[in-house]
Amino acid sequence: MLLEIEDIHVHYGKIAALKGITVSVDEGEIVSLIGANGAGKTTTLKTISGLRNLSAGAIRFDGRDISRLAGHKRVTAGIGQAPEGRGIFPGMTVEENLLMGAYARKESAAKELAEAYELFPRLAERKSQAGGTMSGGEQQMLAIGRALMAAPKVLLLDEPSMGLAPMLVQQIFSIIEEINRRGTTVLLVEQNAQQALQIAHRAYVLETGRVVKAAPAAELLDDPQVRAAYLGGELGDDVAAAADVTSQESVEAPSEGSADATEEGTSS
Amino acid sequence: MNLTKKNGNGNGARAGLGLSLDPLRNWWAGAPGWQRWAVYVLLIVAAVFLPSEAIGSFMAPSGASWPSMLSDQIAIYVLLALGLNVVVGMAGLLDLGYVAFYAVGGYTIAIFAVRYHWSFWEALVLAILFSALAGVILGAPTLRLRGDYLAIVTLGFGEIVKRTANNSSFVNGPRGVQGIPHPPTLSEFEVLGVQPLKYGLLDTRPYYYLLLVFIIIAIIFVRRLDASRVGRAWASIREDEDAAELMGVPTFKFKLAAFAIGAAIGGSGGVVFAAKQTSILPANFEFIVSALVLAAVVLGGSGNIPGAILGAFVVAWLPERFRFLDEYRMLIFGGALVLMMIFRPEGLWPSRRRKAELAEGGGGMGTMGAEIAGPGQSEAAEVSK
Repeated sequence: MLLEIEDIHVHYGKIAALKGITVSVDEGEIVSLIGANGAGKTTTLKTISGLRNLSAGAIRFDGRDISRLAGHKRVTAGIGQAPEGRGIFPGMTVEENLLMGAYARKESAAKELAEAYELFPRLAERKSQAGGTMSGGEQQMLAIGRALMAAPKVLLLDEPSMGLAPMLVQQIFSIIEEINRRGTTVLLVEQNAQQALQIAHRAYVLETGRVVKAAPAAELLDDPQVRAAYLGGELGDDVAAAADVTSQESVEAPSEGSADATEEGTSS
Repeated sequence: MNLTKKNGNGNGARAGLGLSLDPLRNWWAGAPGWQRWAVYVLLIVAAVFLPSEAIGSFMAPSGASWPSMLSDQIAIYVLLALGLNVVVGMAGLLDLGYVAFYAVGGYTIAIFAVRYHWSFWEALVLAILFSALAGVILGAPTLRLRGDYLAIVTLGFGEIVKRTANNSSFVNGPRGVQGIPHPPTLSEFEVLGVQPLKYGLLDTRPYYYLLLVFIIIAIIFVRRLDASRVGRAWASIREDEDAAELMGVPTFKFKLAAFAIGAAIGGSGGVVFAAKQTSILPANFEFIVSALVLAAVVLGGSGNIPGAILGAFVVAWLPERFRFLDEYRMLIFGGALVLMMIFRPEGLWPSRRRKAELAEGGGGMGTMGAEIAGPGQSEAAEVSK
C-alpha cells in the first residue's frame, strides 16, 4: 500500500471531527471519499497533508510513518494536495503560482511546468495573469497543476468540482483520469458522488467522522443505500443543489464559509 | 515625482483616489541598470541634503528645528517602518507590539553602556542580537496563532516589555536610565558647516546621517531578501498560509525569521534613539508608537519598501508640520488616515501584487480567523471571465 491511514482520530478542541477513519490507497489507484457536509472528508485530507494534527492513529506513506511529520516535509516525501477552495495565491501570476508548487524541489522543474501547461492549455494562455483574477474553473486547474509541480506520488484533491459549471466538472474529471493514467495515484474527496464514483476504482463512504462503507466504486454506484443518500436517488437533490451553486458563482463564498462551519459543528 | 492623474484602478471593485503609479512602474521595470543606479545615487544625494535650511524653511516653518525633526522623528520612523514592513507587509503577520523590539534595543544599550561601559558599537551589535532573540521568543509560542489572535498577543507583548521596564528597579523603573553615552566621534572633519561624524549634544544632523546609513543598509538587506527564495516564501505565507505549507514551505520557520529580522531592525532604531537622547524612559515606548509605525506601513503601501518609507515620512512629519493647529492636529491627522483608507485602501504607494491581493478580499494581512475563508474570495473571479 502506498498510503495507509489507520484508525485516525482528529479533534478540534474537544469536538471530535474524525472518530477512527481507516483508509488505504494502493499505487496507481483513484480512491474517492464521499459523504455529506461534516462527514470529515476535508479533515481527513488535511490530516494526511499535515495541516491538522491527529490525536490517535497513524498515517503511513511509502512504508514510513508520517503521522508526526511537518506538513512541508510531507510534500518532499511525495504528497501533493490541491486544497479545498483552491488556495490560489491571488497576487502571484499563474506561472509564479505553478513555480511555488515546485518550491521544495532542488532540481529544475522545467519538465513539470511544461507538463502542467500541456495538461491545462488554458493556464499557458494566462501565464502572466494574476491568480486571483482567474475564473473558478481556471483556479481549480491551477490548483491541480500547482500540486503536480512537486511530482507527487499521491495527489490529494479536495472537492475539485466545487462551484463549477457541469461542463467544467466533466473536463476536470477527465483530466484527473488522465493524471492517473500517467502514473499518479489520486485520493479524491467529493460531494459530487456520481462523478467521483464514475472515475474512481474504490471508494469510502464517510458519515460523521466514520467510514460506514468501503467498496469498489462500481458497486457503490449500484448500492441502493448509497444511491438514496448520495446519488440523489428519487430525491434528486444532490444534482439540483450542485446546479444551483454553479449557476451563480457568487453564492459560493458565503456557502463555503457556512459549509466550513457546519463541518465543524455537526461533527460533534 | 512622475505621478500622472488618471483613473487607474484595474480591478474596478473599489474606487481609487485616481493616482496611478503605473507609468512610473513600467518605466522602472524596463529601465537599464545605469538608470536605476542614477536614481539611487540621486535619492541618496537628496537624503544627504535633506536637513539643509532651504528645505527646512518649507518643511518646518513654525520655528521647529527641521534637522532635529528629521533625526528624532522621521528617520527613526522610517527605520522602524522598514522593519515592521518585513513582518506585516512581507510575511503578512499583524504585529501590534512592535515597539517592544524598539524598547529592547534602547534598554540594551542603556544597560550595557551605563552599567558595563560598553561602547556604542559593541552595544549596537548586542542590541540587534537581543532584539532578534526577543522576536524569536515572542514568535516561537505565538506564531501558531493567526490574524487577529496574533495581533492581540503581540499587543500584550508590547505592554509586557514596557511594564517590566516600568517596574524593574534594575532599570530605575519609571525614572528610566540616564547618562547613556553618545556614539564616539569618528572624525571631526567638516563639510558645508556640518561635522557628520561628530556625535554631540548640539547638532542633531550627525544622528540623522547615522540613521540614514542604517536605513540604507536595511533597505539593501530587506530588498535582497524579498527578491530571494525567502521573499517568495513570505509572499506565499501572506497570501495563503495553508497553501504555502502544502507547497513545501516551512511556514513556521519563515514566520519566525520575519519576526526576528523585523525585530532586529527595530532594535537598531532603539539604540540610536537611546544614544541620541542619552536617557530613556518606559514612557518612550507607549503603544502609540506601534500604532503609528503600523499606520505608516499600511498608509504607505504595505509590502512595498518605497511605500513604507513614504508612509513613515508622512506619519512622522505631518503632525509636526501642522503643530500650529494645536490640539486639532491629531484630530485632523486621524481624519486624514481614515479618508486615506476609504479612498486608497492599498496605500499611497502599493506594489502591484499587493493590489491584486487586496482585490481578492483577503487584505493580505494573514487570514483573519483560523478556518474561515476571506469574504468574496471568488466572487471577483467569475466576473472577470
